[in-house]
Amino acid sequence: MRAITLPFSDEVIRSLKVGDPVGLTGVMITGRDTAHKWMIDTFVKKSRPAQGDDAAAYAAIQPLLAGGAIYHCGPVVAGLDTHDYRFVAAGPTTSIREEPYQGDVMRHFHLQAVIGKGGMGPKTLAACGEVPGVYLHAIGGAATLIAQTVTRVLGVYKLEFGVPEAMWVIEVKDFPAVVTMDAHGGSLHAQVEIESKAALERLLSV
Amino acid sequence: MQDLTEQFVELIRRTSTDLPPDVEAALQRAQQTEAQGSAARGSFDTILQNVHMAREKSAPICQDTGTPIFYVRHPQGRSTRQLREQIRAAVVESTRRSYLRPNAVDSVTDQNSGNNLGDSAFPTVHFEEVEGDELVVDLLLKGGGCENVGAQYSLPNSSLGAGRDLEGVRRVVLDAVHRAQGQGCAPGVLGVAVGGDRGSSYYASKEVLFRKIGEASPDPKLAALETRLTEEANQLGIGPMGFGGKTTVLGVHLTGMHRLPACFFVTMSYMCWAHRRRRMTVRGEQVEIA
Repeated sequence: MRAITLPFSDEVIRSLKVGDPVGLTGVMITGRDTAHKWMIDTFVKKSRPAQGDDAAAYAAIQPLLAGGAIYHCGPVVAGLDTHDYRFVAAGPTTSIREEPYQGDVMRHFHLQAVIGKGGMGPKTLAACGEVPGVYLHAIGGAATLIAQTVTRVLGVYKLEFGVPEAMWVIEVKDFPAVVTMDAHGGSLHAQVEIESKAALERLLSV
Repeated sequence: MQDLTEQFVELIRRTSTDLPPDVEAALQRAQQTEAQGSAARGSFDTILQNVHMAREKSAPICQDTGTPIFYVRHPQGRSTRQLREQIRAAVVESTRRSYLRPNAVDSVTDQNSGNNLGDSAFPTVHFEEVEGDELVVDLLLKGGGCENVGAQYSLPNSSLGAGRDLEGVRRVVLDAVHRAQGQGCAPGVLGVAVGGDRGSSYYASKEVLFRKIGEASPDPKLAALETRLTEEANQLGIGPMGFGGKTTVLGVHLTGMHRLPACFFVTMSYMCWAHRRRRMTVRGEQVEIA
């Protein structure tokens, strides 16, 4: 496993290839369906006027996303009543739902790593080539194990989206993932899709 | 009337944090089939390590604790209204204790209720009156990732060459597994209802997931198709997490239903590897969770 400290450099990102196991250490931020739609509508397309604490939240997340990682995760969080937050279970959620948004979010924020599960499609892969960036696959369902790598919860933005959809700022140590989409056009997901399609056609030809 | 709220909390805790032995054994068998050093092998290593850790720490195996789906078989005279109230109270308490993530989102206002209570279908509670004195409560925690890759086909389906027979069923199930890739947290367990209407078949496709892995359908034709589909789905090579590998499904469970002459539905519910199901049996004051 290759140990990598956040934030990234272009050099580190370009050195990563499909299949490389990595352990991440540093600060990252969670964001999933509602957060991606909010970022795109409010700050990228600007089809929705910023309101409430939107501008303040943007100012806070922008430096974390620049050269950083977003984690597709809706955690189980303890300490909600005392605000002494602790991640109890924090595996990845399915990333493909963010495919309409992810590439534009990467370009807008200079976001260099997307962490989730199940992989993403051609729009995100194109952004990985441009920014440059990578897609890091965490093991779906490994929620207790991954929560152990979250050493501290540093804060939370947009908690009104609900606990799973809020943007949690976390400090991680040796967060485990595998590169499955790289900055050179490589995608394990595209490869497995093609190979399994050929296998399906063989099975249906009888 | 007996108050079972605390026992329901324990049922939820066990289901969320302690994977059933048959599922864990199937994952261990799958781990051994993958080559050392492969991404697939690494996935199984992590999955099994997480299963141990969740049990030890009494923490959720997966953060998506899903829709709690209860199947309650109760003796005559038991108040289902009171049982529902106790189940709902237990869901709130389990959320407070972090055994469940607050998962109930109002689709119109987008508000998360914060305590896992939504409309009458959230949590889902099915009641059935049965003979005898026992109260049996089955619980399935089914997350959203795998729920999203469930599928329903109306036969015939010409693009898949699927007619209205078991060969047609075979074809559409393999197509559904291919479409799911790793998105539903492969290797999954498939619950498939053959027949029924659009609603009843989805219900049945989830209920059949309570069979243990390897427990065959009582119908020999369906049992043979279960074996064949398990082997063929694994030949797709999708593997754990969609990384490529020898195990794409841990098992396939089929159930046959009556249908209308005009309809032939095949309905698949995909359950992720974190197949969280437990059963609570109440005999008088004695409560057992298995």
